[in-house]
Amino acid sequence: MTTTHDAPPSGPVERTDEGAQELTSADVAAGAARLIERGCVLRMSESEAAVASEEQVPDDETMIINMGPQHPSTHGVLRLMLELHGETVLRCKPIIGYLHTGMERTGEELTYLQGPTNVTRMDYASPLFTELAFSLTVERLLDIEVPERAVWIRMLMTEMNRISSHLLFMATNGMDLGAVSMMLYGWREREEALRFLQEVTGLRMNHNYIRPGGVAADLPDGWRDGVLRLLDMLPERLQEYDTLLNQQPIWRERLQGIGTITAEECLALGVTGPILRATGYDWDLRRDMPYLAFDQVDFDVVVGSYGDCFDRYAIRLAEIHESMRIVRQCLEKMPKGDYRIQDKKVTPPPRARIDESMEALIHHFKIFTEGFKVPEGEAYCAIESPRGELGCYIVSDGTSKPYRMHIRGPSFVNIQSLPHLMHGGLVADGVAIISSVDPILGEVDR
Amino acid sequence: MADDAADIGAGEVEPEALREPAPETLFGLPVTRSHGQVVLFPSREEYPALLATLHEAGYHQVVDLTGVDYLVHPGRASLPTDVTAERFEVVVGLINHRERSRLRLRIQVPASDPRLASAFELYPGTEAMERETFDMFGIVFDGHPDLTRILMPEDWIGHPLRKDYDSGRIPVQFKGAPANR
Repeated sequence: MTTTHDAPPSGPVERTDEGAQELTSADVAAGAARLIERGCVLRMSESEAAVASEEQVPDDETMIINMGPQHPSTHGVLRLMLELHGETVLRCKPIIGYLHTGMERTGEELTYLQGPTNVTRMDYASPLFTELAFSLTVERLLDIEVPERAVWIRMLMTEMNRISSHLLFMATNGMDLGAVSMMLYGWREREEALRFLQEVTGLRMNHNYIRPGGVAADLPDGWRDGVLRLLDMLPERLQEYDTLLNQQPIWRERLQGIGTITAEECLALGVTGPILRATGYDWDLRRDMPYLAFDQVDFDVVVGSYGDCFDRYAIRLAEIHESMRIVRQCLEKMPKGDYRIQDKKVTPPPRARIDESMEALIHHFKIFTEGFKVPEGEAYCAIESPRGELGCYIVSDGTSKPYRMHIRGPSFVNIQSLPHLMHGGLVADGVAIISSVDPILGEVDR
Repeated sequence: MADDAADIGAGEVEPEALREPAPETLFGLPVTRSHGQVVLFPSREEYPALLATLHEAGYHQVVDLTGVDYLVHPGRASLPTDVTAERFEVVVGLINHRERSRLRLRIQVPASDPRLASAFELYPGTEAMERETFDMFGIVFDGHPDLTRILMPEDWIGHPLRKDYDSGRIPVQFKGAPANR
């Protein structure tokens, strides 16, 4: 083995033999193993397994090819090993880890206040959601409740982020399927949504805006105009998408009936979010296990009926409308008050106090260097991100840094459904399927 | 008060009100609550049977499976007294869609024999999560069909989320790729 380290790792580190991560070649893999890989880690009944085992494919007629990690339609650095029989995909194995930067480990080295800067870089298309999951978990460990206004600002911002994330999906989904004008339109509208996020947080992406105890800053003057401009503009543009895509025969041909999955299979594979809802399974954490103030707003959970690529696309398009409904209600109901909790333990003193009070200066310094201590314990909080259930599990040992910080990324789990979705389809449909799962590789690899 | 009760209670049936309320149990295990969330502590041996029971009871989805290394924080307060603390803990989150409830299992896994039964047979969705836990903590899941590294390179040495794994001191390992020139 040729690894280049200068010094051997200190302490007892076990040498392990993990075997290759690649897809084993068809003639080497035993029948059962091949079934698991092909049926894709899905529990099959005996009759189904019997049918599947009869599907004999001559070993010498299949080919294993590599798709990615630099393939443009794999949304980053996803690599797929495909076993093909002609144009038909038999087995598929996603190989991930090309973007792994050890963010969960980094999270153990950062204080709770620095935590959002780290987690926001996981799902870079919807960064506010990871910040929210992290903050909710820390707040649960601290047993604090953030002020009303902070709750509603969080709702407004995450729903705006959901809109921008789904618009990005519209763009990339169009691009993957050759609807290049859709890509430009999607990006154009997403830019408008990001402009609003930038007005509020100062950054287009990786905002570090939602923090334990509230949000980083109050909404700026004139924020309502920014929201209203977007709300006025979007319905018309979404109508254009509808004309451009839904009513286009080629688009429908390429998506309808491609990559179908049932609700039972989704549950077994741990799949959540639009993929699960596309099967007709009515499950949305915002409604079923409400967090923030989602029990006080009125919105519909959109479900599909076929569980195919078209349903997954249509659900995301419809969810943009639902998010706009929620944003409108946030506009009406936005309460006045504080945007972060006035708990001296968590919140630094206001800037003006620092100039006149020595204690405030020390307090400020302590919070930003040492951080605040979180009582010992462990908690898990989950929210509905644009891709599914986004959870955060934190173990605290009573210090100012998490003892263990784990993010349950929906993309990481959803990607397990790829082999099942792609089995029996064509390679060209594989691109549509990857796109409709909408994985964000930053979150997959973390 | 307690003494009085003991005096009266000699040879008699203890009055209901004076008795300790029976501990709340769920699937035969005492329930613990952590910040309002229900946590169960099955042993390694009870874990596969418990999963089967949970699957029957409507917990159809394992949403999360991860590990924690308690090497430098062994005396955690959140453990019930009858559970022996071990170095590793596998944390499994389940969801019951019908009752809209969540359940968390925390299974103690000793450092001397880091093994646990795989949940793959019942919950195929744990495939990637168990691989990640294996990759990061070195916990072996018996019965997993393809227990290989998932995030780290396949020839990586060590398990990065273990607490005795030095962070920031080991130079980045790469496969010995030949130079272009």
